[in-house]
Amino acid sequence: MENRQKSRKELKAPFTKEKVREFRAGDQVLITGTVYTARDAAHKRIVEMLDRGEKPPFEIEDSIIYYVGPTPARPRYPIGSAGPTTSYRMDAYAPELLRRGQLMMIGKGQRSGEVMRTALENGAVYAAAVGGAAAVMAQCVKSAEVIAFPDLGAEAVRKLYVEDLPVTVVLDVHGGNLYKEGRKMYLEAHGKDPGKEKK
Amino acid sequence: MREIDVREITEAVARLCIEANHYLEESTKECIARRKAEEDWEQARAVLEIIEENIAIAEKGVFPLCQDTGMACVFLEIGQDVHLTGGSLEDAVNEGVRRGYGEGFLRKSIVGDPLRRTNTGDNTPADITLRVVEGEQVKILVAPKGFGSENMSQIKMMPPSAGQKGAEDFVVKVCEEAGANPCPPIVVGVGIGGNFNRAALLAKQALLVPLDQANPDPYYAEMEERLLKRINALGIGPQGFGGRTTALKVSILTAPTHIAGLPVAVNINCHVSRHAEAVL
Repeated sequence: MENRQKSRKELKAPFTKEKVREFRAGDQVLITGTVYTARDAAHKRIVEMLDRGEKPPFEIEDSIIYYVGPTPARPRYPIGSAGPTTSYRMDAYAPELLRRGQLMMIGKGQRSGEVMRTALENGAVYAAAVGGAAAVMAQCVKSAEVIAFPDLGAEAVRKLYVEDLPVTVVLDVHGGNLYKEGRKMYLEAHGKDPGKEKK
Repeated sequence: MREIDVREITEAVARLCIEANHYLEESTKECIARRKAEEDWEQARAVLEIIEENIAIAEKGVFPLCQDTGMACVFLEIGQDVHLTGGSLEDAVNEGVRRGYGEGFLRKSIVGDPLRRTNTGDNTPADITLRVVEGEQVKILVAPKGFGSENMSQIKMMPPSAGQKGAEDFVVKVCEEAGANPCPPIVVGVGIGGNFNRAALLAKQALLVPLDQANPDPYYAEMEERLLKRINALGIGPQGFGGRTTALKVSILTAPTHIAGLPVAVNINCHVSRHAEAVL
């Protein structure tokens, strides 16, 4: 049976829209450079700051935002476990950041139609890290610094320097969607009708 | 009558919170290895390999398995011949959670009020389930529960006419709707019967059943197998990238119910199916 062989790619800083154009849904990408952490509470505040015309905690244009609330760092370690949180909770805020040039969202799980549309219109990519592989991800974080909203604790905005952070492209800039296509390809390769279980 | 100081319970709870967040049971690891061997889809196998690598790193004791170290669900079975001394049982359990999550560098994920949402800062209060049993022992089980999967859980009060088929279709529907969100491969806890609250509790307790154990009633053991097959025919796969391994296991627990009802609850857990127990 046909098994999908997808390519491994690298994305090294400086991050640009041009570099992510070659990514296709299903590609594994190793990221090296600065990424920022933000969950829903931080997203809410960032969008409110932008609405008020204030400067956000980091430059949104060409930024990579990782949806993660890490465990506390042990002494001598930059961070604790740091796997992705479920992305749909950011769906209310993500379109505003995408319109302002955000390059990549890293999380896990399905996105709303509006997020998918806005990402496509603005040449942004959505990638998934392996949920529940938080210890693996932690090893890729070389430094971490809280740069905004320290009162949010695990949900504060952190500036991370990561090396070879492994993610899988879910939504590419060409309209590809791994959650749809991956499942469909598996089912077709196994002679099953993708619509069968749906009633 | 045996006296047990509640401070012993505090110490056990603290230790179990840390243990559960770093080490998976052997039966869980074996189940993941078995499902990986059965998986013929390359991208799916690659994810399962990362999951196994993660388990190995967490066992070294520095990084917890998942950054969502969960709501501390504590199940206590207290022997009726035990006399607890030295203070309140509930306070002792919460003190154990406070200590375990503090000393273990675990994430504090509890907000004190569901709408006003201020973090309590120490992961308390725990979700405590108490049962009085015969004997003079105290059994403590700590199951940290992440909310990526908890949020994908559902309950339905079905008419009895829905029957076995209706119940099964509902379980499959819940798993399909959850899709990539609960970090598949998932463990599916199903509670059938009882009433509204009992069904939900049974579904949660079903998640505590070791992954190599089937329901002792062959009728429900077959249903577990059939459901696992149907869920793994959905093609969602590990992390929703496509593949066979959408679920590791389906566990069903049941209770007598009312002539007018058929409650069915589905509690979803991720592959980081955590629990640790101790007996005092």
